[in-house]
Amino acid sequence: MIDRVTLERHGLKPDEYERIVSFLGRQPNLTELGIFSVMWSEHCSYKSSRVHLKTLPTKGPQVLQGPGENAGAVDIGDGLAAVFKIESHNHPSFIEPYQGAATGVGGIIRDIFTMGARPIALLNSLRFGSLDAPGTRRLLEGVVAGIAGYGNSIGIPTVGGEIVFEPSYAGNCLVNVFCLGIAKHSDIIKGVASGVGNAVYYVGAKTGRDGIHGATMASAEFDEKSAEKRPAVQVGDPFMEKLLLEACLEVMQTDALVGIQDMGAAGLTCSTTEMGSRGGAGVEIDVSLVPQRETGMTPYEIMLSESQERMLLVAKRGREAEIERIFEKWDLHAAKIGVVTEDGFLRVKERGAVVAEIPNRALTDEAPLYRRPMQEPEYLREAQVLNLGSLSSSVDPSAGSGSPRAGSRGDNLRTSGMNDALFALLESPTIASKHWVYRQYDHMVRTATINLPGMGAGVVRVRGTDRALALSVDGNGRYCYLDPRRGAMLAVAEAARNIACAGARPIGATNCLNFGNPEKPGIMWQFAEAVAGIGEACRALDVPITGGNVSLYNETDGNAIYPTPVIGVVGVLEHVDRLVARRFRSSGDALVILGENRGELGGSEYLKVTHGLVRGVPPGLDLATERRLQDLLVQLADARLIRSAHDCSDGGFAVTLVESCFDTNGIGAEVELQPASVSTSPQLNVAASLFGESASRVLVSVSSDDVTAVLEKAAASGVKAAMIGQTGGNRIRAAVGGAIAVDVSVDEAERRWSSAIARYFARQVA
Amino acid sequence: MKFAVVTFPGSNCDQDAYHAAKDVLGQQAEYIWHKDTDLKGADVVILPGGFAHGDYLRCGAMARFSPVMKSVQEFAAKGGPVLGICNGFQVLLEAGLLPGAMLRNVSLKFQCEHVNIRVEQTDTPFTGACRVGQVLSIPIAHGEGNYFAEPDVIARLEANRQIVFRYSTADGRVIDEANVNGSLENIAGLCNEQRNVVGLMPHPERACESILGSADGLVMFESVMKAVAHA
Repeated sequence: MIDRVTLERHGLKPDEYERIVSFLGRQPNLTELGIFSVMWSEHCSYKSSRVHLKTLPTKGPQVLQGPGENAGAVDIGDGLAAVFKIESHNHPSFIEPYQGAATGVGGIIRDIFTMGARPIALLNSLRFGSLDAPGTRRLLEGVVAGIAGYGNSIGIPTVGGEIVFEPSYAGNCLVNVFCLGIAKHSDIIKGVASGVGNAVYYVGAKTGRDGIHGATMASAEFDEKSAEKRPAVQVGDPFMEKLLLEACLEVMQTDALVGIQDMGAAGLTCSTTEMGSRGGAGVEIDVSLVPQRETGMTPYEIMLSESQERMLLVAKRGREAEIERIFEKWDLHAAKIGVVTEDGFLRVKERGAVVAEIPNRALTDEAPLYRRPMQEPEYLREAQVLNLGSLSSSVDPSAGSGSPRAGSRGDNLRTSGMNDALFALLESPTIASKHWVYRQYDHMVRTATINLPGMGAGVVRVRGTDRALALSVDGNGRYCYLDPRRGAMLAVAEAARNIACAGARPIGATNCLNFGNPEKPGIMWQFAEAVAGIGEACRALDVPITGGNVSLYNETDGNAIYPTPVIGVVGVLEHVDRLVARRFRSSGDALVILGENRGELGGSEYLKVTHGLVRGVPPGLDLATERRLQDLLVQLADARLIRSAHDCSDGGFAVTLVESCFDTNGIGAEVELQPASVSTSPQLNVAASLFGESASRVLVSVSSDDVTAVLEKAAASGVKAAMIGQTGGNRIRAAVGGAIAVDVSVDEAERRWSSAIARYFARQVA
Repeated sequence: MKFAVVTFPGSNCDQDAYHAAKDVLGQQAEYIWHKDTDLKGADVVILPGGFAHGDYLRCGAMARFSPVMKSVQEFAAKGGPVLGICNGFQVLLEAGLLPGAMLRNVSLKFQCEHVNIRVEQTDTPFTGACRVGQVLSIPIAHGEGNYFAEPDVIARLEANRQIVFRYSTADGRVIDEANVNGSLENIAGLCNEQRNVVGLMPHPERACESILGSADGLVMFESVMKAVAHA
């Protein structure tokens, strides 16, 4: 019977086993145990996270579908809906980067077209260890190639994303993939099974032994034996998915479907159970009717396989032939494997004999729910202490990075120090150009991408309308490590701000919550704090969460990743021709900074890059101020008053200014700033004014005729605004408190920024 | 006039070519499913980009066996204008409608970016409205666009003036630095000896509206509209 070793191998705790026995009123057989183990895994049941996720704001007049379905949906006008979700594929990508990332893309695309939407754009948010650490390059190249291999083939453009390198991800890379689709409201279809006697169809790739217990793998920490888990990673077939996508969208146009769901984590088990559960019905299938790739597969293996590119659908009675005909057109075979029943059970048969019989409720609503103990982690108080006084000496350029530039004294000396710090930031892999990456992604297929990758938010036009949708994914694990609540709020604010910078109004959000082992009170505390922060920010900025994903157990040998909530925000740009991009448009435009610099250096890229410190508290965030700023940006774009907009984030104002000069054929800029007053060291105050990461700031360029109008609108909106300089020349000059602090040529800055990642690789080879 | 856009299983730029013909240029357009043999009276046939049949074998190697290809061959033999874009170009090579083969890009990576191509020949239905030496900014998106042929084939292409486009700099210099994928002789596009079948790796249908970054691809569609009107 079921012994302790079997239980452990299934990731089930003894008390969970007791619960199973009491539900069934008997001992489960092995197939049933397998079904419980995947449905009750953290990955499928959200047993540690659910109590917290329930606090998130999920409603709003624009929300057509909140959490609980395959993806969320919001109204974008003209009877159309944006359907979107973000999902993680962290564990499989670490084990097998190409296939792990590829199947992550495949999985999120299925979630979108399962809702009746045509997928039109992909984004991704990636985290790796230091670029120069062993193994990072293999993971980065594999993950990027996997995303490209799948997305390019299926023909959905990857229009943006972010990549961050931090030692904390060396043992657990993060691969979060976001997909957006478009559907008519009336075409949105759900994952329900209902109508007793309706046929249950299986369509797509045949079932093999791949991926068995993938969901369970994603619910455990890694250790030195993790490489042995490779068979739990699936292999993707984008061609099969392309056929499924086109065939399913065609079938959905017939009105012959009751419901449809993809087979993702926990495969056939999860899709049959969830569809039955949502429809208040049961599903009965016979595994011997399931198309199989291998011989001799047991019911256990068939139910737990995570073979990719498979769909489960329920047909309306009498309409089966129509559905079968469409799949045949695409050379896909729809196999009838069961029926909808009224008893609310998942019943699995093999050639007519019952091999598993479990009430749906036991697998879904009645799955274990944990209020895990939480405690502020011990590291936190100490890590939040930032003694700027101890830094001032190392800001002295003579103790700096050993630049060969021989300054005389005084201002020149100071300039070389700040120039060097700026270059160091531009060459930091997190900030450096990701052209090497996105050149590998087809970002133009579907001829709808109107803001190219690297230019701020991804923006895709909506055919048949004058509208476009702006998309951004953002997260800052370092901030969250130093203060998970505030860090999560900042992630929401930044994602929404990126949307507003493009001129679009943020309307909905999705989240991917990447954390360590929730059984540790410190991790659970981070999780709860982050979720609270997301909720607070989403409420204030009016971007309800419409779905998402939780990835826990991102730990290796007991070391957890930084807590990393990644937020995806979608916004509507009412007129495609009002799009605002990151880069300056011409010389002679005025530069206006919206928002206020408080010179906050806690958790900054500057502290990390130039002082090797991850310390302090992340920048403060006043949500009301942020909301006013974002509303103003949309208003300014709509009135065509701004010519470019770029927010201040990693690397602070200086990096924002310099990045705005890139991809412009060398348009420079000259600005005059006030020193921050964060320290007794004048040097550090200059650094804080340049590289501090105070939130809620955006640099806009404005035609000189429009400066007054922009400043007036800012004042009317209650947003601080100041004209600080103008574009022009081929150098970037920033004076702080009247003395030149940064003076670099656009060419050199751009060369360093754009070649940094390639040079890292070249050095590794050398 | 009417454009036929062939859809193979795995085509993914068929909707983009259709959009360019129908919505941007206001012409009639029809999708032709690869199992069909009726080209529905089309004046021009486009084989679009994508990954026909997944391209798990050589790119385009399976697509040439689709029933529609027999009709395309007949249409081409009668002098009908046929344009193969990216994967469509690869299909034309595999089907023997154009000579040569594609290797992996020298970068060994998929590349998606705007590139410059110089128009070498204007007596094809797709370049009639261009000037010789005109430089077009048009995106590429491919992993296998490194054109290869035996020296005698290249010599014949040169002698017959079948090289229609070459990768160049923005000011029209055909040099190694502008050769984005390692193609022999910087070849970006070709025509057949009869000059009515043209294939190229860049995507003109992605460069038909300035909001997408370039409208330089329009001239190819305008060329064929003129050619058909005068035929």
